[in-house]
Amino acid sequence: MASEAAGPRSGLTVAALVLERSSPPPGHSDHGAAMKALLAAAFTTCLSLPATAETTVGLLLPASGNYAALGQDIEDGFRMALAEAGRDDITVLREDTEAKPQTGLIRARKLIMQDKADVLVGVVSSAVLSAVRDVVHNAKTPLIVANAGNSDATGKDCSPYITRVSFSNDQLNRPMGEWLAAQGVSSVYTLAPDYAAGQQMIGAFSAAFEEGGGEIAGVEFTPFGKTEDFGPYLAKAQASGAEALYVFYGGADAISFVKQYDSFGLREQMPLYSVGFLTAPLYLRSQGEAAMGVIGALHYLPSLDTPENNAFTETYANAHDGNLPSEYVVAGYDAGRLLLGALDSGAEGRAEIAAALPKIAYTGPRGPLEIDPATNNVVQNVYIFETVSDGGRMTHRVLDTVRAVRDAPNGCEMG
Amino acid sequence: MTAFWVLQTLNALQYAALLFLISAGLSVSFGLMGFVNLAHGALYMLGAYIGISVSHMFGFWPALVLSPLATACIGAMLHLTLLRRVAKQGPMPQVLVSFGLVFIAVELVRILWGDIPLTLDPPALLSSGVALAGISYPAYRLFVIAMGAALATGLYLGITRTMLGAALRAATENPAAARSIGIRTERLFLGVFTLGAGLAGLGGVMAVPVVSASSSMAVTALIPALIVTVIGGMGSVTGAIAGALIVAVIEVFGAALWPDASAVLVYLVLAAVLILRPQGLLAGTRAA
Repeated sequence: MASEAAGPRSGLTVAALVLERSSPPPGHSDHGAAMKALLAAAFTTCLSLPATAETTVGLLLPASGNYAALGQDIEDGFRMALAEAGRDDITVLREDTEAKPQTGLIRARKLIMQDKADVLVGVVSSAVLSAVRDVVHNAKTPLIVANAGNSDATGKDCSPYITRVSFSNDQLNRPMGEWLAAQGVSSVYTLAPDYAAGQQMIGAFSAAFEEGGGEIAGVEFTPFGKTEDFGPYLAKAQASGAEALYVFYGGADAISFVKQYDSFGLREQMPLYSVGFLTAPLYLRSQGEAAMGVIGALHYLPSLDTPENNAFTETYANAHDGNLPSEYVVAGYDAGRLLLGALDSGAEGRAEIAAALPKIAYTGPRGPLEIDPATNNVVQNVYIFETVSDGGRMTHRVLDTVRAVRDAPNGCEMG
Repeated sequence: MTAFWVLQTLNALQYAALLFLISAGLSVSFGLMGFVNLAHGALYMLGAYIGISVSHMFGFWPALVLSPLATACIGAMLHLTLLRRVAKQGPMPQVLVSFGLVFIAVELVRILWGDIPLTLDPPALLSSGVALAGISYPAYRLFVIAMGAALATGLYLGITRTMLGAALRAATENPAAARSIGIRTERLFLGVFTLGAGLAGLGGVMAVPVVSASSSMAVTALIPALIVTVIGGMGSVTGAIAGALIVAVIEVFGAALWPDASAVLVYLVLAAVLILRPQGLLAGTRAA
């Protein structure tokens, strides 16, 4: 951690100082002075209690439904950051948003109004993020977005109270579109679930890919949360005659999609490119060799060989049966680091924390990370990788690094 | 382009086979006992998860047998201990109790198997693709189609051609008269319910190599199964077959040809059936 000193808010620190100053010199016995010092200490501790008021964090994460596993990873990462800093003055409350905007909205209101949370962390689904955006903005409660990539949240709907530490849909797909066109791939068929994130991801990819000279041979959005069998869509993609397939899928869909793509024998005909979530570590073990050769772009890979990441993956693996952390764990962890950074800078209460969050920058597991004050979106590297088998164990091999990817303001006017 | 149509036809048949396995039990317990068993989707989910665990221990083929047996046992136990009591109390308690069971099952699955979706590889024998009309189709999906067809035929013959089937039809048509000629309707219904639970479990374990298993499948499977039951007609095996084929063809070809409307297409058909023939397309031919 950057700093262990908790700043002027800590009552215990103040009490310790008083005690130190008023304790008699060694060898000099003075009961009266000692007593006075003790009283003074007790008194100042009591007085300064309001100042040590714990920071209340509301975790706004799915604990059930398609994205439950993601919610758990984000929480694990967040708690890992708190534990690493040894902080016990932070109360963490948890609310289940499921993947439903309506539920997310109710839970956000509860955390803000009833629990008086100082800061919210979380939101996995982009649809939930757009649902809670106005509530957070109007209540002037800072929200650290630890997953939802909804580009609008740091674009036209940006808010000084929304800071995103995960990624934006544009940020991951634009570099991939440029890269794929530069590789000489001429035509692509795209597939994604039919909801905000799917449309934004494919939109950003397609724009960049076409700008680079590529052609989109076909676009299909599959009913979200309803499609489990991608057979019909794969058959249509195959019939389109496109040179390659570009998709976005996450959760259970990611596993099913890759296995079905493999079972239809498409690997030889249509190479599979994707937003890297498709073959993220969380799913890779279930996908097995079916994922071999899939190329994706993502902001974090557990196989990144940097001192920060090696230390991080080791700590995580020790606590999780040797498993590697996912990009969701890292997003939760970085949300924690960001919050701790803001608290360490002396920020206290909703407004101060919101103002302090965008000023935090450091090099973490995913590489250099800073917040763009123009949009409050994270600025980070995007890694283009291939999924490979390393002696029977599936892993990622980095093909290219696009450094410090920053989103255009896209209509953001920070109020 | 013919390759495309062959592929989509096979996809539709494969989806219909899975839908039939889930719907048959639901439809029959609906029609024969007037029991709205929303926990049916949970049995399908349990079949999938138990199948995965058994498969890890003994392989796929034992799982294909043991997992339906396990869900059949669970179904029988549920019927004997809980569902039989609410069966007499009308649809509302049935819906509430059986849907409550869904929540319990989903939590149970999350506790026992975790949140991350699980998969099952098809057995080695069926893991490759089969060349058909110039295309490659996964052998496992062909196996699903064959199993669905075999079970549909078997059930149809069982109900129309055997004494047991005749007793079942009699018990459905007029329970009092059936009892008076010595048919033990309670026991018969327990048997039907158990068989339906086993079929749901079989559907579950057969689905996992195609789609992955997650705790949400209890609900995602229930909705199309209810639609199949309503379209086909309650209590009719032929209705379940027809309903499964109709829903599968609409969804698969709708997804390919008219993707913008594919999500609502099946509901339009459902509404049309409810307006024109509310008892379902094949409900007239009770039980058969």
